[in-house]
Amino acid sequence: MPHPIQLNTSIQRGSQVMLSRVANSLYWMSRYIERAENIARLLDVNLQLMLDFGQLDDQQLKEHWLPILRSAGDEETFFNHYTTADSQSVTEFMTFSLENPNSVMSCLLAARENARQIRDQISREMFEALNECHLFLKSKNARELWDGGAHDFYEQIKKYSHLFQGLTSSTFSRDEGYEFIQFGKFVERADKTARILDLKYHILLPSLADVGGAVDTAQWQALLRSVSALEAYRRSHVVDIAPWKVAEFLLFSETFPRSVRYCLEQVDRYLHLLANTAIGEYRSPRERTFGKLLYEMKFRTIEEVIRQGLHEYLEEVRKTLDGIDDFIYETFMYHPPTDMEAEIRLHQQEMQQQQQSQG
Amino acid sequence: MLFNGYANDDFFDEMFAEDGSVRNHYSNIMDRFNRLDPPEWSQRQTATDLAFMRGGVTFTVYSDSQGTERIFPFDLVPRVIPANEWKVIESGLIQRITALNMFLHDLYHEQKILQDRVIPPHYVLNAKHYRREFMNVNVPKDIYVHICGTDLIRGRDGTYLVLEDNLRCPSGASYMLENRAAVKRAFPRLYQANTVRRVDTYSADLLKVLNHVAPGNLGNEQPNVVLLTPGVYNSAYFEHSFLARQMGIPIVEGRDLVVRDMRVYMRTTAGLMPVDVIYRRIDDDFLDPSVFRADSLLGVPGLVNAIRAGNVSLANSIGTGVADDKVIYYFVPKIIKYYLDQDPILPNVDTYLASEPQDRMYILENLHKLVVKSANEAGGYGMLMGPWAAKEEIEEFRKQILANPRNFIAQPPISLSRHPTWVGEGFEGRHVDLRPYILYGDKITVTPGGLTRVALRKGSLVVNSSQGGGSKDTWVLQGDA
Repeated sequence: MPHPIQLNTSIQRGSQVMLSRVANSLYWMSRYIERAENIARLLDVNLQLMLDFGQLDDQQLKEHWLPILRSAGDEETFFNHYTTADSQSVTEFMTFSLENPNSVMSCLLAARENARQIRDQISREMFEALNECHLFLKSKNARELWDGGAHDFYEQIKKYSHLFQGLTSSTFSRDEGYEFIQFGKFVERADKTARILDLKYHILLPSLADVGGAVDTAQWQALLRSVSALEAYRRSHVVDIAPWKVAEFLLFSETFPRSVRYCLEQVDRYLHLLANTAIGEYRSPRERTFGKLLYEMKFRTIEEVIRQGLHEYLEEVRKTLDGIDDFIYETFMYHPPTDMEAEIRLHQQEMQQQQQSQG
Repeated sequence: MLFNGYANDDFFDEMFAEDGSVRNHYSNIMDRFNRLDPPEWSQRQTATDLAFMRGGVTFTVYSDSQGTERIFPFDLVPRVIPANEWKVIESGLIQRITALNMFLHDLYHEQKILQDRVIPPHYVLNAKHYRREFMNVNVPKDIYVHICGTDLIRGRDGTYLVLEDNLRCPSGASYMLENRAAVKRAFPRLYQANTVRRVDTYSADLLKVLNHVAPGNLGNEQPNVVLLTPGVYNSAYFEHSFLARQMGIPIVEGRDLVVRDMRVYMRTTAGLMPVDVIYRRIDDDFLDPSVFRADSLLGVPGLVNAIRAGNVSLANSIGTGVADDKVIYYFVPKIIKYYLDQDPILPNVDTYLASEPQDRMYILENLHKLVVKSANEAGGYGMLMGPWAAKEEIEEFRKQILANPRNFIAQPPISLSRHPTWVGEGFEGRHVDLRPYILYGDKITVTPGGLTRVALRKGSLVVNSSQGGGSKDTWVLQGDA
């Protein structure tokens, strides 16, 4: 039997509708661009940070770069292709490798490929920005720029991402498509901020008294810069860079656009717009889990989080985020793949019946 | 200055008369271009190429494993057609498509033309694209070919001849529109100084045609029109998404559609939504695996049932390929005479049929002088250019012709007209053809212009993009100069 297909006859002819495939492409286009930008920033900051450390031996380099690889979830793929994790190998792998689906290159090519599939749905300006980025990445120029000091290269990547966001904001109608784009962007951004913060979880010990002594503020500064948060942090905490304050800021800031809380609130907003439910209304189990996490987040203190374990808390956040992401996917983007053979049989039978009734 | 040393070389030149004087309708262009120097030209050409690249105005090269996208090379020198010439082309094309449409209707109903032996029946009944399954199926408004791209060439005396009719999924209209935009950017004042007829009405006209053929049971409601593409890896994908964007209709792939109770639906974020009209850019063979090729993953099972039931309209209709067959081409003048009782306004190129004994003998004796074409190939494939071919290639074609004469026609090589084309430091003549686009809805519209394709390689007669051809903007003037 072919998959049961529910007919929704309530859809009006001529009304604006969006193909599920298009929703999926808009969402991934947006996520990939956001991901590329985050990786570019992370690599840029850490390369700069290494400059301050002077000469490091292999072990120290490994200790620095491994968590970064791990935070992107790419450790295994990396060691399939490289033997040592040092600045060159890790950044190259995370920037250019097509074997690595999360490299800056892979992400932006995938974003552009998604955009190409739906270029009838996005503005010309949006497509052209991505296409220019694609042409830049495929040119010799890109690799030369990177070899000559990676900073300018990563700056360029960030600019493409910002250009794309700006063009989306100024040339794209605020309809369902926009909601998928924003949803994807904030899911990705929340995930990345959580992962970056998780890089340093081992430093934040359960007892607050142990924190802050031996830790190099340079590393915490770098962490803040990895999410473009250094200036914002400074404005809200004039005094010093204390690890737990950094964690608090990146988790709970109400106003900083890359904090986990801020991103989840945006996810919440677009979730309701997409599902067409009232704010505060959560219907399915996954929606409710998400709503609960978000609600509790507003009252949670960093002390409680550290007592529970920052790593554990971040895991919970990411799991809940994945749950709500799956919910959106299954509700709007997924259709069971057609069982071609069953479909063919069905329609051939239909045809025979017709011919018999006519004969 | 750039035209110094320009020579017609015994070809019909679009811009220069035989005595070397510039034709009237090109004098503005001549004046303007003579004031530019080679660096200015190169700069404009580069800027235009970059704009195409940036805009992703590209086609995909299949032979390349990476699926490289290339721009369709574009030459900035426009081709100009004065009003009086266009009038002939336009009426010739309207006559032709009218007759071909009547022919298709007849073939899929009474087959009077076969009974009257105007065309030997076996030519039609054995044609690769003849769809027996569509006998006695009525198509909305009796229109079979909604979109047609007919290739025209000019011989040595400047007469326009029909080279072939593309009645299945003719492509290139998007390049006609992009080329115009490019020329307007590169030469805004020159463009303005000429009274050029607009081509950018094409998309709106096309949408009108698609709406016009919507199934009749919808009442006054707005029909849901979609464009069906094989997908992003198809070489013409740019065009598909371009046209969908211009018309504001969804572009769908087979996997986005499903048929239930002989009704087509698309899968949307809000559930399934009915589809009324499909502008398909997929060949018949791949449309419906439950009827045609079962191994095709591009199509929609049940689509043919839905069409037969009259619940969805297809443009172009299924089975139009039979009139696209190069053997049927031979009979088009007779088809025009038979249905319209008129002489063809645009003549065919002299053609020999390999399946006619006398013609076959002539072909086999003169292979080295003739151009041989397979009946159902496009894009410059399956062709023998006798005068330029190696001995082995000629012998290979001889074998193929003897084995399957139905599949071949032959024509004398036409010395296509030439057009000044920018080649780096000046202009040289390059061979061109012309593909105008004809739309058949509540009336027949020929978009004033079309795609001029140009063989960029010196001496080459092959204008196909897959074989190293490029294109030009085509200006149809409101007057004669």
